[in-house]
Amino acid sequence: MSLKKIAIPTIAVIIFLLLWELLVWANGWPNFVMASPSDLGPAYVRYWDLFLINGWQTLWRTVAGLALAIVFGTALGMIMGFSKVMRDALYPLLVGFNAIPKATVVPIIALMFVGAHDFNTVLIAFMISFFPIAVSVSIGLSTLEPEYRDILRSLGASKMTIFWKIALPKTLPEFFGALKVAVTLAFIGTNLMEIVSPHGRGLGALFDSGRTNSDYPLMFAVLIALAFLGIVLYYVVVVLEKIFAGWAERQET
Amino acid sequence: MTALIDIKDVSHTFATDGGPLHVLDHLNISIEEGGFTAVVGPSGCGKSTLTRLVSGLMKPDEGEVWLHGERVKGPRSTVGMAFQNPVLLEWRTILDNVILPLEIVPNKLSRAERVDRAEFLLGLVGLTGFEDKKPSELSGGMRQRASLCRALVHKPEVLILDEPFGALDAFTREDLWQTMHKVKSEEPFTGLLITHDLRESIFLADQVVVMSGRPAHAQYIMDVPSTGERVIDDLYTPDSAERLNILRHQIQIAQGREPADVEAAQ
Ligand SMILES: Nc1ncnc2c1ncn2[C@@H]1O[C@H](COP(=O)(O)OP(=O)(O)OP(=O)(O)O)[C@@H](O)[C@H]1O
Ligand SMILES: [Mg+2]
Repeated sequence: MSLKKIAIPTIAVIIFLLLWELLVWANGWPNFVMASPSDLGPAYVRYWDLFLINGWQTLWRTVAGLALAIVFGTALGMIMGFSKVMRDALYPLLVGFNAIPKATVVPIIALMFVGAHDFNTVLIAFMISFFPIAVSVSIGLSTLEPEYRDILRSLGASKMTIFWKIALPKTLPEFFGALKVAVTLAFIGTNLMEIVSPHGRGLGALFDSGRTNSDYPLMFAVLIALAFLGIVLYYVVVVLEKIFAGWAERQET
Repeated sequence: MTALIDIKDVSHTFATDGGPLHVLDHLNISIEEGGFTAVVGPSGCGKSTLTRLVSGLMKPDEGEVWLHGERVKGPRSTVGMAFQNPVLLEWRTILDNVILPLEIVPNKLSRAERVDRAEFLLGLVGLTGFEDKKPSELSGGMRQRASLCRALVHKPEVLILDEPFGALDAFTREDLWQTMHKVKSEEPFTGLLITHDLRESIFLADQVVVMSGRPAHAQYIMDVPSTGERVIDDLYTPDSAERLNILRHQIQIAQGREPADVEAAQ
């Protein structure tokens, strides 16, 4: 059962790599058009220390940005979820803010806080990822069936008690759904800043140095490393979801 | 002679987007201690509003609601409620769902005592053995039974049921009616039941109130003498048929489908 769970995705990845290799080989592409999987190994071997250092930098800044997004997004979602006035007031602002392509914000932030590279990057990761969290929490709270509230309120429970006992746990499945989106977004935000505002840190910067040195296998190797980190982050969220909101999962039949 | 629940001349109007909606109009209902009153009436006439007034979730614009000689000013822990939607918390086991009110209402019970109390009630409604199940693992009827236990766990004086069996199939519903009788004989409470089912009203209640259409008042009140234990067969006696006929007729008047009696129409 659990062997199957690991085996199936692993086989899928292997097939994917084989097809990729085959595609490059059949077309006779040189590695500056498209590197093949067999080029990646040497790139990792040569730069393994750079991958570790930069990978770590990308990872912690993404997680920091995401953590901020969770705190801020949840708070904002609570405000909008409990107060209809605040919801009507903040929603258009929030949607407008979210609509601004973050690629245009990156240079602005980079100029505003020149030199504060870590801060810049965390800020972008945060800005790009808090939106889905705020929206999901506010929707989760505002769509709570009134009977749930009435059950506790008729016993004289305070708003806070109702929040902790019912509203919060009931919102968790939606929250984790949003978190899965947010984690990917935060990751994109981090890399955006690392590439657009080069300061020699993070996988984005490594990618950029691959580009300036025409080291194409390195660029592809970075892409794959990014994909790998993205998968790890995503599945961390999935595991947390299983722990805290596992009850919402449909029984497998 | 004081009633445990006294609804005195209550009127209420909601402000809606389409203007004021006059829902209740000089409504008077009084329920004896230990009594069980069923309220029937056309859809949207204000029955759920009535339950919210009695439980203190809402205050009436006019008139007063009295509970046990005290005027209702807000929610109070001497009330237990159950709705058509059992609203069990999916992340809690059935046992912990039933215990929930004991976590809110001030009391000195230890965890073990709370578990005992919940298990006693679950036993009463036939849910022994399901304590550790999650609500999603139970049928609709079982969930409603659990919801009933939750409404009773803190020994409320007043049990308010808003169409609790409305979503169940006919056989499950009849099972639950009998369970209600059993519970009533073991757990003293004063009941207010909202229902759409006339057979349910005369089977469970000793007083049936027919509410008129909006704005609603108590259009007709029927006493159902209790003859000790009731069984489903009682619903098929000539007496019951007669009562059901009267009630059906009253509902039709309330719905405006049949002219009221000549005197009332003047
Ligand atoms: N908070 C509210 N604000 C505005 N209108 C409301 C509110 N609550 C109820 N109403 C309206 O008041 C009327 C009576 O509602 P209520 O829920 O009490 O009816 P009901 O008799 O329980 O109906 P049903 O048989 O469908 O359950 C309905 O028309 C409803 O739309
Ligand atoms: Mg109703």
